[in-house]
Amino acid sequence: MEKFEVYRKDVEDVRILNIQGFLDAHTAPNFENELQKLIKENSFKIIVNLDGLQYISSAGLGVFMGVIEDIRNNGGDLKICCAAPKVFKVFDLLGFPSLYEFYDSEEKAISNFSDKKK
Amino acid sequence: MMRKEKKFQLKLPIETANLEIVREFVARIAQNMGFSEENIHRIELAVDEASTNVIRHAYKGAASNAKFLTVEVTTHADRLEIDVIDAGKGFDPDQVKTPEMDVYLKKMKRGGLGLYLIKTLMDKVEYKIKPGKKNRVRMIKYIVT
Repeated sequence: MEKFEVYRKDVEDVRILNIQGFLDAHTAPNFENELQKLIKENSFKIIVNLDGLQYISSAGLGVFMGVIEDIRNNGGDLKICCAAPKVFKVFDLLGFPSLYEFYDSEEKAISNFSDKKK
Repeated sequence: MMRKEKKFQLKLPIETANLEIVREFVARIAQNMGFSEENIHRIELAVDEASTNVIRHAYKGAASNAKFLTVEVTTHADRLEIDVIDAGKGFDPDQVKTPEMDVYLKKMKRGGLGLYLIKTLMDKVEYKIKPGKKNRVRMIKYIVT
C-alpha cells in the first residue's frame, strides 16, 4: 500500500505539517483533519512541508483551498515549502503560485512569518 | 517496439482506496510503451482525476449495488488510449466549463478541477455519455518520438 503520513512540528508559534507519500482523494481527508486540528486550536501560522510528498492530485489541492480562507480571515497564512518539481508542477498547472507563497526551504518560510511579526 | 494494438481492462468497486491500483495499472503500461517519466506522471494523474470523479460523483443517489469503475487501456503504435467508464448518472461535458483559474482560486472554490487538469495533461479528451448505461471519458496521449 502506498502510504500517506503527516508529522507535526512546532517552531515557536509556527506550526509545520510535514506530509509524506501520496496525497489523493483517499488520503486527502487525513490531511484535512490535521489542518482542521490546527485551526481549532487557533494556530493560524501554518507551513506545509512537501519534502516527502511523492504525488498530489486535485483532491489534495482541494484541501489547501478549503482551509486558506479561514486561516487568512484569522490573520494567519498557509505557506508551502520544499515541493519536488513533479509535485510543484501540479500546483503550477492550476495557478496556485499566485495565491500561495512557495518556498524552497522550511527556514525561509519560517523566517517570513517571523519577519512579519517584528 | 509495440506495433500491434493491445487491450487491458481493470474493473474495480468505487472506493478511493483503489485509486492507487488504477494509477499503478496505467503507469506500468505507459512505462512499457516507452513514455517519459514526466508523461507517465501526466497519464497517472489524468486517470486518477477521471476515476476520482467517478468515485465521488457518478453514482451519487443511486441505489444500485453495481457501482463499478472500469478502466480500459488500449495501446497503439503511436498512442495510448485510456477509457474510464461507469454506469452512473453521467454528466454534460458542455456544462463543465473550463474554469478561469484566477477567478476560481480567488473564490477559494474547491473541487471541480479534475476535468480541467485532464484536458491540460492529455492530448485529446472525448466524452460519450449514456446516463445509467455507459459513460465514458476517453483520454489519449501520443508518444512523441
